[in-house]
Amino acid sequence: MPDAVMSWVVLAQTVRISIPYVLASAGGAFSERGGVVNIALEGMLLNGAFAAALAAWATGSPAAGIAAACAAGALTALLHAFLCVTARADHIISGLAINLLAAGLTRFLLKAVFDSSANSAPIPAPASFELGIGGGAGILLDTIAGTPFVWISAASVVASWICLVHTPFGLRLLASGENPRAAEAAGVSVAGIRYSAVCAGGALAGLGGAYLAFHAGCFSAGMSNGRGYIALAALVFGRWHPLGAAAACLLFGFAEALQIGLQGLGSGPAVQLVQALPFMLTMVALAGVVGKSRPPSALGRTGEFV
Amino acid sequence: MDEKPPDVGTMSIGPAAKAAARRAAAGAISGSAAAVLALAAGAALIAAVGANPLHVYARMISETFGSGYGLGQVVFKSTTLIFAGLSVAFAFRAGMFNIGAEGQMYVAGFAAALAGTAVPAGCPGVLAVPACLAAGAAAGTVYGGVPGLLKAKLGVHEVINTIMMNFLAFIFVNHFLSAGLAEPESVHTAAVVESARIGKLDGVFRALEGSAANWMFAAALAAAALCWFFLFRTAPGFRMRAAGLGPRAAAGAGINVPACRFAAMAAAGGIASLAGANFVLGYKHYFEQGFPAGAGYMGIAVALLGRNHPAGVVAAGILFGALSEGGLAINNEVPKEIVEILQAVIIVFLVLGDTLGRRGIERLSRRRAPAKEVSCA
Repeated sequence: MPDAVMSWVVLAQTVRISIPYVLASAGGAFSERGGVVNIALEGMLLNGAFAAALAAWATGSPAAGIAAACAAGALTALLHAFLCVTARADHIISGLAINLLAAGLTRFLLKAVFDSSANSAPIPAPASFELGIGGGAGILLDTIAGTPFVWISAASVVASWICLVHTPFGLRLLASGENPRAAEAAGVSVAGIRYSAVCAGGALAGLGGAYLAFHAGCFSAGMSNGRGYIALAALVFGRWHPLGAAAACLLFGFAEALQIGLQGLGSGPAVQLVQALPFMLTMVALAGVVGKSRPPSALGRTGEFV
Repeated sequence: MDEKPPDVGTMSIGPAAKAAARRAAAGAISGSAAAVLALAAGAALIAAVGANPLHVYARMISETFGSGYGLGQVVFKSTTLIFAGLSVAFAFRAGMFNIGAEGQMYVAGFAAALAGTAVPAGCPGVLAVPACLAAGAAAGTVYGGVPGLLKAKLGVHEVINTIMMNFLAFIFVNHFLSAGLAEPESVHTAAVVESARIGKLDGVFRALEGSAANWMFAAALAAAALCWFFLFRTAPGFRMRAAGLGPRAAAGAGINVPACRFAAMAAAGGIASLAGANFVLGYKHYFEQGFPAGAGYMGIAVALLGRNHPAGVVAAGILFGALSEGGLAINNEVPKEIVEILQAVIIVFLVLGDTLGRRGIERLSRRRAPAKEVSCA
């Protein structure tokens, strides 16, 4: 393969592209392992991105932007949790309504606040560090070490893994996703657990949205651009495990970086094939051709358990 | 919404029919209530940005139903939404969630356009139009059938698969466009031949002058009627609804549930294909990159508001079509995205209304339960 394709630049690009996927799919893991389907990741990313841009623009502080993004993501998730857990709505319908609402609301506010149908005003980005290692592997190291969002994402993944698999909260959450009645009988408040998990996941997805806005230097209309759905696919492909999902996000991010690299070499069928790969892999994984990807047993069930 | 087998003629005026009528009325009332509440919430938002809600709503009505062109545009947009809504509702009835209408109408529109450019110029319309519709329907049916088959054969949930296939539809169709099937320096195909084009309605109804409304609207109404007849008045339709309402009971009664699911998804793809034809054969006369622009997803909202009943879908499709056209009319006063917010809020209220209804029924049945126990003792 030519250098433009298999290079450290592509790998560094992979890391950057994967950040929002990693954060959103870690958020999705919380919600889905607890039994709440999360198509609303897309809306959480979008609301997070807008809140980050709005707060960073209004205060001049990127930190405020990050806080606002987490809050917006969690708030969006709260609506999802309310509709799914309390109102016992179909999770997918709730998710679609939230995505539609986020798309409309962010565009509406973009016009109302920034008087534009495309972009917000430029926003200050969080500090990034130039280590200046340079050359070959240095490019990749520079990206990893110099971008705070990379550390945040990595820490989030490890933290969600520990939280889900090695804490009492995590065990209760998994029980709520596999057998809510049994969990309820064991004294777990399934509704409470689900609320907290969905909201925590929303904050993570909102953070992913913040990265999108900071990376672009402003908020653009519809900038989540299907990433929430891709993060969901990564979660499925990673068999609903935080580490597996993160690995899937890196793989999907790599496919995207590769496709951008290939595009530079001229358009051929290979570009589209690489672009299509994440979606096909997800379908193959679900179909169980190479080890079946099995969802939590009670995922999406709306029956009464409380 | 009646759950009785179609051949029990004497039952049609019995309690089942009354219950069905009551359910239909409840659906219409809760749907209207959700719409009214959403409009009230929207009014608050409009007032918040400093515009007069009453004035904005009045203009939305006068520039859609009050003008010939506006009405025509509503008809055109409703046509797409009715097909998309029917596609989703049809699959819903068999217990399948078709999030893939977006991708299905995309590949179908593309196939219809390719067929339309391949038809010889001298071919009469009575052959050319059905040929293009069939090409689109074939593509849509296959595209909807794949997730249906995966569900039927392997038990894979159709939601993720249809979302994935929406992405794939965009990637591959756009690839073919950029690989030489688009006109140079553009993102659309060549125009379909004259005879493959579907007539505009303003040819007959002069008042609709200049709008994109075309005869596919009549086809949409006919499709809704056909869906109703099939689902509620034929044996295969009954089997599909049974498979959707209670797959285990249906299987126990000898109904082939996987086959019903597959057929419903394939048919849903075929219905969605007509939304593609509305755009390609009825309006633009070529296929253009990115045309559905969320209409497939909006179809889910339409089906939901229409209570998965063909008549409800038609009404909801017209309402959503009017909202999206009305949004354009008021864009200089309030951002037109107010309409998307309204549509989303309608769904939220609808869902909440369902919950309240369910809670009410539960409370009633709980109140009745002890009485039964006493009579038993």
